Amino acid sequence: MNLEDLIHHTGEWLRGTGPNSNIVMSSRIRLARNIEKVPFPSRASKEVLIEILHAIEEAISQIDYFKDSTLYRMSDLDNIDKQFLVERHLMSHEHASHTDGKALLISKEEVLSVMVNEEDHMRIQVMQSGFNLEKTWKIINAIDDKLSKKLRFAFSSNWGYLTACPTNTGTAMRGSVMLHLPALVMTKQINKVLSAIAKLSFASRGFYGEGTQAKGNIYQISNQVSLGHSEEDILQNINGLIRQVIEQEEQARQALLLQNKHMLADKIFRSLGVLKNAHIISSQETIELLSMVRMGIDLGIIDSIDRQVINTLFIMIQPAHLQKIEGKRLTVSARDVKRASVIREKLGGF
Amino acid sequence: MICDVCGKKKATVHLTEIVDEQMSELHLCEDCARQKSVQMEQQFGLADLLAGLSDFGKQVKNYEKIKLLCGTCGLNYNDFKKVGRLGCSECYPSFKDNLSTLLKKIHGSNRHLGKTPLTRSKSTKQKMETMIDLKERLQGAIAREDFEQAAELRDKIHSLEKKKEKKE
Repeated sequence: MNLEDLIHHTGEWLRGTGPNSNIVMSSRIRLARNIEKVPFPSRASKEVLIEILHAIEEAISQIDYFKDSTLYRMSDLDNIDKQFLVERHLMSHEHASHTDGKALLISKEEVLSVMVNEEDHMRIQVMQSGFNLEKTWKIINAIDDKLSKKLRFAFSSNWGYLTACPTNTGTAMRGSVMLHLPALVMTKQINKVLSAIAKLSFASRGFYGEGTQAKGNIYQISNQVSLGHSEEDILQNINGLIRQVIEQEEQARQALLLQNKHMLADKIFRSLGVLKNAHIISSQETIELLSMVRMGIDLGIIDSIDRQVINTLFIMIQPAHLQKIEGKRLTVSARDVKRASVIREKLGGF
Repeated sequence: MICDVCGKKKATVHLTEIVDEQMSELHLCEDCARQKSVQMEQQFGLADLLAGLSDFGKQVKNYEKIKLLCGTCGLNYNDFKKVGRLGCSECYPSFKDNLSTLLKKIHGSNRHLGKTPLTRSKSTKQKMETMIDLKERLQGAIAREDFEQAAELRDKIHSLEKKKEKKE
């Protein structure tokens, strides 16, 4: 599979379907795994990193599940390619720097991705559309079982899976749910919700990854604790928390509708109007308007656009995506023009 | 706590000495600790160990800080504290005591209750032994009135029993 094939392709997790997909964009689980007694990537030499990659490649080649997956070596990719993969949520920013022995494995529908030699030897990630951690866990658990038959993972019966950072030790699992919470933001309740989440030792961050501000009213909520609870218990805890957040968002949406439906509809349709007609648009403005249109679809105010189109646009309007679509480097102002044209095309504008 | 030597001032320095697997503790006030450190320097050259004692509650930690090194990847515990990343899986047994405390601080627990890699699934015999061991430890914890540990052990036993039921 060529990277170019991914450009116009929508990953499974962006389909906008699945449970509670009016509020939950996607569910994601990642597991960190290391090979025992081999230095973690940060302390391994180039030769050792390449050996690790070979060992993992060999294990993967023996597992049926990976038959349709493609492995990309970071040393073979240019900066735009790497940024493109980060934008698609398939790998971290960190994975794009220091390319020695680093690789990324992607399954056909972008359900699964494996970062090789990031902070740990393997970071396995599975994403699904909607609120569906159970199914996500089922998939990743089966993959992990298969890998554990081929590779000797670093594991201690007391402390579980051993990882480079002690904050991941134990299950080495991070479950996260991406939520679109425009009504909680508009009714100024979001800070209250986020601080409650932090008190319960869960983390919240923006759509575009660690350390990013929540743009487009999109938040990712994940567990912090990975030791002392089983994987199922951790996921159940996240589920319980997310259910409450969903309920709050739903109440806030109903309150907004009840208070002033016309004002809300006006805001939503003006947003759609700008997106359909603009010829120059920044990513910041786009993201804010897309959020409004998505809420319009969720509330049934807009029924002519599929949620998947909006989800896909959130990804496609990013810099590396625009440059891949255009097939060459673009300056910031050229990107603003290209962005507007991509959006008009997708939304059937003028 | 009062200083073991002068019996007057508050003890702020705590020494743990292990001789022939016998552990003894000594609690000292700052003045007596300084005197003791002069003696110790003559005996063992350990004065520098006591130099930064005001930063550390227990002398044991300070001692380990210098000595702790992972035999497999060569990382020392001090460097780990700077970068926050361990060097290899063998760092875990190498820095066992420090990490045990640290993991408990981070996660509120230092016992794994999650899945096990398939290559090393425990045999039934081992599982039974684990259960017996856990139950014995639970009794011990109750007898000691260490209810925090008792609760942890109880949860572990419950989760093992649940897993067993699921499989049956």
